[in-house]
Amino acid sequence: MQGQYIKFGKNLVTTEEFLAEGHTFCTGCGEALALRLACKALGRNVIIANATGCTEVCTSPLPVTSWRVPWIHTLFENTAATISGIEAGLKILMKKGTIPERDIKCVAVAGDGGTSDIGIQALSGALERNHDFLYLCFDNEAYMNTGIQRSSATPYGASTTTAPAGKLSIGQTTWKKNLPEIAVAHNIPYVATACPSYPFDLMNKVKKGGDIKGPAYVHIFSPCPTGWRHDTDLAIEIGRLAVETGIFPLYEVENGRYKLNVDRPKLKPVEEYLKTQGRFRHLLDEEIERIQEHVNEEYAKLKAKVAHSTT
Amino acid sequence: MSKRIGLEASHAAAEAARMADVDVIAAYPITPQTHIPERLAEMVANGELNAAYIPVESEHSAMSTCVGAAAVGARTFTATAGPGLEYMHNVLYVASAMRLPVIMTVANRALSAPLSIWGDHSDAMSVRDTGWIQVFCQNSQEAFDMTLWAFRVGEDAGVLLPVMVHFDGFHLTHVTEPVILPEQEEVDKFLPKFHYPFALDPDKPMTLGAYAPPDIYSEAKIAQEVALRKSKDVVIKGFEEFKNIFGRCYHAVEPYGMQEAKTLLLTMGSFSETAKVVIDERTNRGESIGLINLRLWRPFPFKELRQAVKGAETLIVFDRCISFGGPGGPVHSEIKSALYNMPRRPKVVSFVGGLGGRDVSMKDFEHVIDRGREIAENGSKGLYETVGIRGKVTDIRG
Ligand SMILES: Cc1ncc(C[n+]2csc(CCOP(=O)(O)OP(=O)(O)O)c2C)c(N)n1
Ligand code: SF4
Ligand SMILES: [Mg+2]
Repeated sequence: MQGQYIKFGKNLVTTEEFLAEGHTFCTGCGEALALRLACKALGRNVIIANATGCTEVCTSPLPVTSWRVPWIHTLFENTAATISGIEAGLKILMKKGTIPERDIKCVAVAGDGGTSDIGIQALSGALERNHDFLYLCFDNEAYMNTGIQRSSATPYGASTTTAPAGKLSIGQTTWKKNLPEIAVAHNIPYVATACPSYPFDLMNKVKKGGDIKGPAYVHIFSPCPTGWRHDTDLAIEIGRLAVETGIFPLYEVENGRYKLNVDRPKLKPVEEYLKTQGRFRHLLDEEIERIQEHVNEEYAKLKAKVAHSTT
Repeated sequence: MSKRIGLEASHAAAEAARMADVDVIAAYPITPQTHIPERLAEMVANGELNAAYIPVESEHSAMSTCVGAAAVGARTFTATAGPGLEYMHNVLYVASAMRLPVIMTVANRALSAPLSIWGDHSDAMSVRDTGWIQVFCQNSQEAFDMTLWAFRVGEDAGVLLPVMVHFDGFHLTHVTEPVILPEQEEVDKFLPKFHYPFALDPDKPMTLGAYAPPDIYSEAKIAQEVALRKSKDVVIKGFEEFKNIFGRCYHAVEPYGMQEAKTLLLTMGSFSETAKVVIDERTNRGESIGLINLRLWRPFPFKELRQAVKGAETLIVFDRCISFGGPGGPVHSEIKSALYNMPRRPKVVSFVGGLGGRDVSMKDFEHVIDRGREIAENGSKGLYETVGIRGKVTDIRG
């Protein structure tokens, strides 16, 4: 192995930073941390295509850049298509001998809005066409870059600027769209969920997703102090609570087989998670109860898939 | 030895892309463009062309995929028509601003609603400000020639801009005509290998498509504008090189008929050939009349146009597009503004017709010429007049 590494228990992590200091993410941003870890896992032989959103705007204001790896941004809605062209272009140029044969990981980076709403068509197309790429969705559960508007990944009951809680509304009235399951439905070799509160798990999954031939999708839960209205020192704790309550389970689906990466004997009550954030502050007990029931149900479904995969 | 064979314009364009040895094709089917991607897919499937054919799920993704492929240095081609061109509109600006020389043929098609699969120039006009080089073709030979030429010009190190090659849906895309196909060596002589100087490469990390705060955006856009205007030199040089190697001679503005004619008709695309028959008959009768086939639409050939019309008294512009609520046909209004500051300029008269596949016959052009002269002399109540529309069109007033 080349380069310098730091040891964390049995894990080695490179000291190299591919996402440079001096970016403009908010203090305590979970997305920034997740992106930095993902870049460490990928190393320098990558090309990144980034959708519009916090990950793009906070890293690339001309004339400076935070990117130490080749990086391209084109639009908000088309990142999966842009990376399709990059991947196909590299492949044919290598095949024709125009550029030397080598392993370059093609990685798409987008937010939950760029993935689950405006970019879902391009994503579905790219997954279905079997391009050899890794798609990283940084899910902060709303359009944060434009000012905390709801997306289809915003959770039930959260207050956002376009689905605000008010006298007649609890805020978001729909259940969060299950993007990892949509990716799984494309029968791709690798789908995983991750969270920067579990940094080694995240890095392992990103690395695996990058190494696997064919499309891989990693959905990364990214606490956002600004949009979720939580203290700036809480992103790690909130990420952990999301996993421990079953709100955001950590799992992998490799060639259709499900595996839970963190499985606690007993889930914590969702209330412990909800009460950490201003976006849920207005919720009454009965709504919290509904959310609890929904989480129980979804978690049970997931466990059934895991059980089915091991038989 | 070049060979002369019967080819549909669509297949001629596909043949040009094949001889250009494109690396990546990403396209989405839409009538009347379908024969182009179908033919290319077939070539790839048969091993006649060593390229990646990516059957994307939309035109938006077609252009985005081309942008990604061009950004790693691949020679990139796509084709679309009407609604497909509109659907990729957002990405067109990205391709040109990021200086990615994607080559695209556009089988010109009307825009919905009502849905029409047939041809007019509404699609081409709606993208005139996207920063692409745009040329129009009159026949199948030109579909081949201009497509090949587009690679030469767009990929030139001093240009690096995307190029749209327009040919009329059905009136051209589905017409089989004799086409002279060159030898591969001739093509290779004309078209060097593509070398993109800013290709994404882990050994030379670069940030492409960063966002621009207000203190940078204006400079970036003006630089792009200057680049497009400057590309005209290479556009012209490309025509000259093309002539030297293949013998066929093209110009940004192509006068036809009597020199220094008093009346000039101006058309674009395949209808120019119909108009030429009318011009021939009239010049044979000794009439002082000529035609201007406007080949280059962007960058607009101001100098060449002014030169071509300087002796004329009347310039009749035939548009295949409505500029709703605007000053008349879009080509006409650009031409008017191009000529406005000339000390002596012809009267410019605007006609609109040939919409959504409506034929424009020789008889229609006869009417356009006669009525155009009348309007030039006596004026008209309307901003423009229509051609071949049933019923009475109330004057279209300003
Ligand atoms: C076509 C288009 N529509 C809308 C926008 C405005 N826009 C830019 S970023 C963004 C939200 C991004 O949200 P998400 O993808 O969740 O990323 P985040 O900023 O939350 O990380 C929106 C709506 C745009 N740039 N382009
Ligand atoms: S708005 Fe949220 S996701 Fe965006 S930079 Fe700030 S904390 Fe991070
Ligand atoms: Mg978001």
